[in-house]
Amino acid sequence: MIVIRGGSVFTPDGIVTADVVVDGDRVVSVGDPPPPTALIEIDATGCWVGPGLVDLHVHLREPGQEWKEDIASGSRAAAAGGFTAVVAMPNTVPVIDEGHRARFVGERGLKVGLCDVVPAGALTLGREGQHLAHLDELIEAGARIFTDDGDTLVDAGLLRRAMEYLAGRDCVIAQHAEDPGLAEDGHMHEGSVSSRLGMRGLPALAEETIVARDLALVELTGAPYHVQHVSTAGTVELIRQAKGAGLPVTAEVAPHHLVFDHREVESMDPNFKMYPPLRTPDDVAELRKAVLDGTIDAVATDHAPHADHEQEVPFEEAPRGVIGLETAVGATITATDIDQRRFFERLSINPARIARLGEHGVPVTEGSPANLVVIDPTAVWTPERFHSRSQNSPFLGRKLTGKVRATILRGRLTHRETE
Amino acid sequence: MRHLLTIEGMSRADLEDLLDLADEFVDVLDRPIPKVPTLRGATVATLFFEPSTRTRLSFERAARALSADVLTFAPGTSSVTKGESLKDTALTLRAMGADLMVVRHSATGAAHRVAQWVDVPVINGGDGAHQHPTQAILDALTLRRHFGKLDGLHVGIVGDIRHSRVARSGLQAFSTLGARVTLIAPPTLLPLDMTDWPVEVANDFDEVLPHLDVVYLLRIQQERGGTTGFTSLPEYVRRFGLDDSRFARLRPEAVVMHPGPMNRGVEISPHVADSSRTLILDQVRNGVAARMAVLFRLLASPGAER
Repeated sequence: MIVIRGGSVFTPDGIVTADVVVDGDRVVSVGDPPPPTALIEIDATGCWVGPGLVDLHVHLREPGQEWKEDIASGSRAAAAGGFTAVVAMPNTVPVIDEGHRARFVGERGLKVGLCDVVPAGALTLGREGQHLAHLDELIEAGARIFTDDGDTLVDAGLLRRAMEYLAGRDCVIAQHAEDPGLAEDGHMHEGSVSSRLGMRGLPALAEETIVARDLALVELTGAPYHVQHVSTAGTVELIRQAKGAGLPVTAEVAPHHLVFDHREVESMDPNFKMYPPLRTPDDVAELRKAVLDGTIDAVATDHAPHADHEQEVPFEEAPRGVIGLETAVGATITATDIDQRRFFERLSINPARIARLGEHGVPVTEGSPANLVVIDPTAVWTPERFHSRSQNSPFLGRKLTGKVRATILRGRLTHRETE
Repeated sequence: MRHLLTIEGMSRADLEDLLDLADEFVDVLDRPIPKVPTLRGATVATLFFEPSTRTRLSFERAARALSADVLTFAPGTSSVTKGESLKDTALTLRAMGADLMVVRHSATGAAHRVAQWVDVPVINGGDGAHQHPTQAILDALTLRRHFGKLDGLHVGIVGDIRHSRVARSGLQAFSTLGARVTLIAPPTLLPLDMTDWPVEVANDFDEVLPHLDVVYLLRIQQERGGTTGFTSLPEYVRRFGLDDSRFARLRPEAVVMHPGPMNRGVEISPHVADSSRTLILDQVRNGVAARMAVLFRLLASPGAER
């Protein structure tokens, strides 16, 4: 039995200050007088208590690149970051394009037991954009999100067929939007900084043209569509319009895109290299606004571990992506000063709905699943070392506000902050 | 000065100090025995990860003229082909006793990275399309020795500016020293965003040509994608090549410069290349003195590392 005392609790009836009692894998009471003693006591005074966080976008590197991360180390990082479920992207080695591979990922996650690891399926075989992957097998194995993440499904005809094939299957197609012709193998945002540094730039339009095109296909097919890691003001506007027109569209943003802009690349530190790249201060402002007003449904980390030796190279030669699981809470609160209700909507309720996870993202009430997180929204801290196997974080040494105090998965404490 | 990584941020006084010092080394190089003992016992390592002849030889000549020893690293014959990283190569040369490293690399920021890993001064010998600071200093030296000063000079940089580190560092040095800089290229060979750059931009070479004091020609950087910036080589030459008829329309006192290697018949006609109004060989000669000045400042000045 766990008692979480005195926190500000996200319940179906709004935010209330209450004690939460967990027994087995359920919340057994909210607000009733708790038992005088419990096996585990968590003092949540001044803290937010809510459903465990759900990350729609992580790269756990298993199978195939375990020197960067594996499901055990990634789960550890997820628990420390307040997550009780993460969606693992399929760009592993081999690619998750067959049912048994998806099943392996999910089962490894259960065995580790620190966080539910939900496999996303590849949209095309080998993520090569040529033939659809074994979608039925993948659905049977639990995949609900389909994506060639890391690459864009460029072939509009194939994307249309995928949308039509998956219609009515309670699945969503997620796109990493980056037109390869416009992107021209760019290393950073195309703008004043890339011009000065002499680095090939990746224009905002590379993202926006793909999203605009895909939205026309959504209109045609009616298929649910999710935009991964939105990075530009133009994409936000496209999503706003599509939602206004009633299209089944959702979108996520990565915490680093809420905090940093392309001027950080002047340091030429590979920890600021990611795709999509850091954009302009105007884009950052628009993304923050979109998180708060709900145009962007979810914050998702795009946690992308790379080993130290892979980062010890010039910026242009560095691999793509940065880790984010353990800094998502602090980065989001620091960047947006978001209130508790919207925080849990963006980091738990909405992502759980998009990933079709019934046991996650459930407001805390009697009988709800004991997947919970306790967050101190005012704690100030500076990340120095991570549970993730890799340390490639742009937040190293940066002051953040908002810290995870405890994470509970099915009634078991998976993380507790040691003071 | 701890390292020389970029011209950006250098003041007029910083640059003039190096030019004054370089002037003295030009005189040294004119002596019957063109050598001074200043850096005896010091070791200068050149780490060139990109093919180069003149820059590496120029640095090595400069180091020897200051009596330093030279460690030459060339990737074609080295452990890089066995997978050794930039970091390990730098640490290895440091362990062998390098007191200063000159780094050339195809990636932006490579020399900056090396400067984070080693505890000796690093000179950026050219990083990607970013910076080539010693080229900027030797070019400024060449112009100052020819014209007396850069103030008021109108310098036109012509060609593949988008992919050129020579242009990026050069325009900063020239404008800091008082010159007016015009970049001349098709839009596809210009940087995409030049907000706040101290330059003017022209797409029509013929229009600007009669107003220039200096025509600074660049080659097309094929290895960085320069050929995607125009339709065909003959069309490029027709619009932006310094051919004989354009050369004839230059102001009588105007000069022609080129950082090398030249592509005769492309950006420069053979006749122009061989004309007495080019400063191209002066640039090469002054390059040694300019690099001596930089080595001296980093290794032998008060407060320098040694």
